Amino acid sequence: MPIDILMPALSPTMEEGTLSKWLKNEGDKVTAGDVIAEIETDKATMEVEAVDEGTIGKIVVAAGTENVKVNAVIAVLLEECESASDMGKAKTADAAPAQAEKEAPAEEPAKAAPVPAAPKPPVANTAAADPAIPEGTEMVATTVREALRDAMAEEMRANEDVFIMGEEVAEYQGAYKITQGLLQEFGPRRVVDTPITEHGFAGVGVGAAMAGLRPIVEFMTFNFAMQAIDQIINSAAKTLYMSGGQMGAPIVFRGPNGAASRVGAQHSQCYAAWYSHIPGLQVIMPYSAADAKGLLKAAIRDPNPIIFLENEILYGQTFDVPKLDDFVLPIGKARIHKKGTDVTIVSFGIGMNYSVKAVEELTGMGIDVELIDLRTIRPMDLPAIIESVKKTGRLVTVEEGYPQSSVGTEIATRVQQQAFDYLDAPIITIAGKDVPMPYAANLEKLALPSVAEIVEAVKAVTYRL
Amino acid sequence: MAPRKTATAASRKKPAEKSGLNGGISDFDKSTELEAYREMLLIRRFEEKAGQLYGMGFIGGFCHLYIGQEAVVVGMQMALKDGDQVITGYRDHGHMLACGMEARGVMAELTGRRDGYSHGKGGSMHMFSKEKNFYGGHGIVGAQVSLGTGLAFANRYRGNDNVAVAYFGDGAANQGQVYESFNMAALWKLPVIYIIENNRYAMGTSTARASAQSNFSLRGNSFGIPGYQVDGMDVRAVHAAAVEAVAHCRSGKGPIILEMLTYRYRGHSMSDPAKYRTKDEVQKMRSEHDPIEQVKARILELKHASEDDLKAIDKKVRDVVADSADFAQNNPEPDVSELYTDILL
Repeated sequence: MPIDILMPALSPTMEEGTLSKWLKNEGDKVTAGDVIAEIETDKATMEVEAVDEGTIGKIVVAAGTENVKVNAVIAVLLEECESASDMGKAKTADAAPAQAEKEAPAEEPAKAAPVPAAPKPPVANTAAADPAIPEGTEMVATTVREALRDAMAEEMRANEDVFIMGEEVAEYQGAYKITQGLLQEFGPRRVVDTPITEHGFAGVGVGAAMAGLRPIVEFMTFNFAMQAIDQIINSAAKTLYMSGGQMGAPIVFRGPNGAASRVGAQHSQCYAAWYSHIPGLQVIMPYSAADAKGLLKAAIRDPNPIIFLENEILYGQTFDVPKLDDFVLPIGKARIHKKGTDVTIVSFGIGMNYSVKAVEELTGMGIDVELIDLRTIRPMDLPAIIESVKKTGRLVTVEEGYPQSSVGTEIATRVQQQAFDYLDAPIITIAGKDVPMPYAANLEKLALPSVAEIVEAVKAVTYRL
Repeated sequence: MAPRKTATAASRKKPAEKSGLNGGISDFDKSTELEAYREMLLIRRFEEKAGQLYGMGFIGGFCHLYIGQEAVVVGMQMALKDGDQVITGYRDHGHMLACGMEARGVMAELTGRRDGYSHGKGGSMHMFSKEKNFYGGHGIVGAQVSLGTGLAFANRYRGNDNVAVAYFGDGAANQGQVYESFNMAALWKLPVIYIIENNRYAMGTSTARASAQSNFSLRGNSFGIPGYQVDGMDVRAVHAAAVEAVAHCRSGKGPIILEMLTYRYRGHSMSDPAKYRTKDEVQKMRSEHDPIEQVKARILELKHASEDDLKAIDKKVRDVVADSADFAQNNPEPDVSELYTDILL
């Protein structure tokens, strides 16, 4: 059957072009790949190649013709043993312009189905609750540092596929001693010191995860993970989607995040808001040792890529951790740190340090604060926040990150969308100042949120000023 | 374009007794020649059809064709065994077909339809097959090198003797993470074959204009990674090098680099008029070094098959490709519910 040669589109946006030149004449034999014509658009001149073997039976559009529509028939190709008299016969299906017009995706948008609604976030607080701790369970005073180490050790004992890699995680026992003792217990095969190449070892970790292992990648600090952010976002977070669910990256990226003390702008940045922007990631930022342990264990077991944001200042703080064989907490569930009725404070990670102190002061002033520890930034436990705001009518958020596009502004947006009628005052979002972190002690202190700022904000939203 | 100072495809007529890593060629028997012919032809015809469907508006976005480079992936694949992993960049259709992925599934992904390998959510540059150990299909230049090194890490971790093959181009070879990966692969003796497909142009920039050292086989020198240049237009040369490289990796000697001297006939992507090279240069490669024509000429000369036999193969390949195109045009677009699936497990 004769084959129609169609005006090709040279880019997704091309609708028409000029057929500037024919390089073959009627009657010429061509094989696949032969250049038969040249086409001009406003951007470029391109060659048209024959895609089949045959003889040019008829040139339909003459050289020099302008505004030739994409998919218009420009020539007819005769296959072996065909003659010009065959040309009126039916065209091959895939070359038929009518069908192309009907089905070409480029034509579709106008008719496209309406955008489906995003899966509705639960209205009620249905996320799995923290497991009940059996009565009489011994509580052990544990630092966040020890809790993180214990979580990794327990999961490595339970699953041979879990390993940790990063800078100084093995022989040095961890730059911040989070991996203390792991090399001795698990050996160098599973506790892997890497060269200082964040981009490279993040990619190696993601590749190992795609192959089915369960890597824990430690960044000495999340500031250095900026070198690796392409692998985290483009490879780890998107592969499950891009593969239609065939393969993803069960991997935990963890390490200290945010300001430490007097380390300057390049080492003092909170990435909670950054990573929380990305579909395909889950972002956890614990405050207490118990949460650090229970959530890190959950993160290691989770089949998705996890950003686990720790804090150097919290590492040495001590909290009660229940002595249980397998203490695992749910990802995506906030915890009410203190119940209250007058105002809601939402914070997470190191922000809780300021908030807890502020709550003590405010209690002394007779203001009954409900303090929510978000724990997971993405997916965000919005129902817990909404439920609290419905009760208190007032909301203050507290974090160390930069103020623009912060976790607090995200919370404020969603609360005004979903609980506008319950609000009795504008929401105040407390964040770090909109400056790179200064080194000088006095300036650094000013750049971070303070207990006094939280107290003032709470007084403002409760009209106690 | 300056001629390459290093051995070109043209200057490489090596006697068969040489090692596969030093210009030797595999002695293909009849069935192997015919298999190579069929596999390469399938890629060629598939890519021609993809170009045609792109021209008709069925395929959107970016579409990078592999035409001219078929011998590289076909020769490599013939030396691998079950469980070996393959990963590459965005010029990936040929790799997928060579890995045994179905033409229908690949073409339907190109047209963004529901039975494409990624249900239409990946597209030309992002396709995967867990079943065939094909790990993508990556759109970020060089990312697949670290990922491929991670696949090799998993092999070593599990103590199996599988090998990961990470393909990348002469352009990606200048990315920083490539060298970070070389370092770790050499340090930990990971079983990874780095295939640098040197097709002379990173988009529109020739290797001479982008690379201080354009002999890419030397790029592993400072890590002690052996590297070899291979005539990537001769499937036998690719195969001979592949066999030795695979043996090197499987025996625990760590990574190895093969620089495949090859050429792409088409532009970088569909909308590239390729003004950075002469038509003569392209024509010369096509007429003198075409990987498929080389095999075809040998088959006919050695009477492994007649012209008619080859036409029959060609017909079968065309049927497979036509069927895939037909399928890819008529398969429905993904259900709108797919928008929100496969984000998290």
